[in-house]
Amino acid sequence: MYPFKKPLDEIQKRLLKEIADLHKVPTGAYNIRSNGESAGRQSTANIEIVPKPEGAGLDIYVKPGTKNESVHIPVVLTQSGLKEIVYNDFHIGEDCDVVIVAGCGIDNCGIQDSEHDGIHRFYIEKNAKVRYVEKHYGSGDGTGKRILNPGTEVYMDEGSTCEMEMVQIKGVDSTERVTTAELAAGAKLVVRERLMTHGEQNAVSTYVVNLNGDGSSADVVSRSVARDTSFQKFDAKIVGNAVCSGHTECDSIIMDKGRILAVPSLEANSTEAALVHEAAIGKIAGDQIIKLMTLGLTEQQAEEQIINGFLK
Amino acid sequence: MLEIRNLSFSVNDDSSDKEIIQNIDLVIPDNKLIVVTGPNGGGKSTLAKLIAGIEKPTSGSIFFDGQDITNTSVTDRAKMGISFAFQQPVRFKGIQVVDLIRLATGKDISIADACQYLAEVGLCAKDYINREVNASLSGGELKRIEIATVMARQTKLSVFDEPEAGIDLWSFQNMIQIFEQMRASIENSSIMIISHQERILEIADEIVVLADGKIEK
Repeated sequence: MYPFKKPLDEIQKRLLKEIADLHKVPTGAYNIRSNGESAGRQSTANIEIVPKPEGAGLDIYVKPGTKNESVHIPVVLTQSGLKEIVYNDFHIGEDCDVVIVAGCGIDNCGIQDSEHDGIHRFYIEKNAKVRYVEKHYGSGDGTGKRILNPGTEVYMDEGSTCEMEMVQIKGVDSTERVTTAELAAGAKLVVRERLMTHGEQNAVSTYVVNLNGDGSSADVVSRSVARDTSFQKFDAKIVGNAVCSGHTECDSIIMDKGRILAVPSLEANSTEAALVHEAAIGKIAGDQIIKLMTLGLTEQQAEEQIINGFLK
Repeated sequence: MLEIRNLSFSVNDDSSDKEIIQNIDLVIPDNKLIVVTGPNGGGKSTLAKLIAGIEKPTSGSIFFDGQDITNTSVTDRAKMGISFAFQQPVRFKGIQVVDLIRLATGKDISIADACQYLAEVGLCAKDYINREVNASLSGGELKRIEIATVMARQTKLSVFDEPEAGIDLWSFQNMIQIFEQMRASIENSSIMIISHQERILEIADEIVVLADGKIEK
């Protein structure tokens, strides 16, 4: 485990494992935020983590040319009624190749709502490559809600690449996620979002991607499952302002009384912009369930396998 | 041994009942390979689905090793030892070939063991084992994977609905070998194949002709 300033309790450790797969000290830089304060931080020779005043977030500086290094910045909340807004700014130098793992786990056993609004801003310089992984997880049986409203802003310089993997599978009652990106010439953005909502959960995911430079491209794909009486809205807009290519796709399964609203949109401001959107919503196909039942699975087991695969 | 007694199946078509299967009696003994053939629309696929439990008969009964399975579910029949290879294999987004083979065996087998099954159906295992069972696979590739899932189950009765459809020439010789191997390796097992293919008819112990929902003698 991390060398913590304050030892984490079992619930906090479990949350960390869920959102960041961390059970050992990661190599590289990290900052762990627990109930509004830093519980452990480490910079490296190439990656410097600098706290903003009054715990309002972090500035993370990655030196130009840094390769194969990682930054972990997980957040855990176990205190019912805690609401926080955090700004983390990532400054990625030219020609870097780094992995950033973020994520937030909330365990709320109390009656008051707990909320974490993380605003992540990425300034990715020329030809740098970033892989960003973000996982959200909620647990606890209190009546207080677990609320996460992540904001992500990506500013990509020429020839840079950013791959984002955003996952929210369980336990978060309410999410409003807004992701915006500005791409210069030759920049490439790939987004893979996976979302499952259950109970009475509500999730809204909005993307606005501006393809401003020639040769820029974006591929934004969301796969989601809405169960019980949950509701999801996927609103993805790609704007082509140059010779560019953009693709957005929303592929969803609805179950029970779940509801999904998909609003893919495209805006072409250049005749050279090639933009495509796809959206499909439907229940699990009956023949998929039957095929797995002929292998000996029950109907329920078959459904689970199909959903697990779909969200993998 | 599978025994079908006086089995009928009808569907309601434009408010009149249409009989797809009419009072069929059929026995598939242990250690036999039975090929069911006949014209399109004669009821062959429906008969296979009735055996797998995917369709429920209007009347009549089905016995498997002496037990009445007429009202048992698809899952229960699968667990009792009945396998079914679909004529049109199902696609799954996100589920990989190795996942499907593991589900078929009911065990968390190693990649190497899973590859074995693919090799037997003539697929280069390393190219396929991690592929998703989705629209990126061709009809013929899906068909071979479908056969591999039935092989992997090693059940007493395996029903194949037109296994040769969409499969190239690789096939015939290999596919026939697969059926022979299955018979040899599973004790007292039997195989029912729905087919029009002459070379599959040639390896049958018994040929059943189904036309207009009836067995022709």
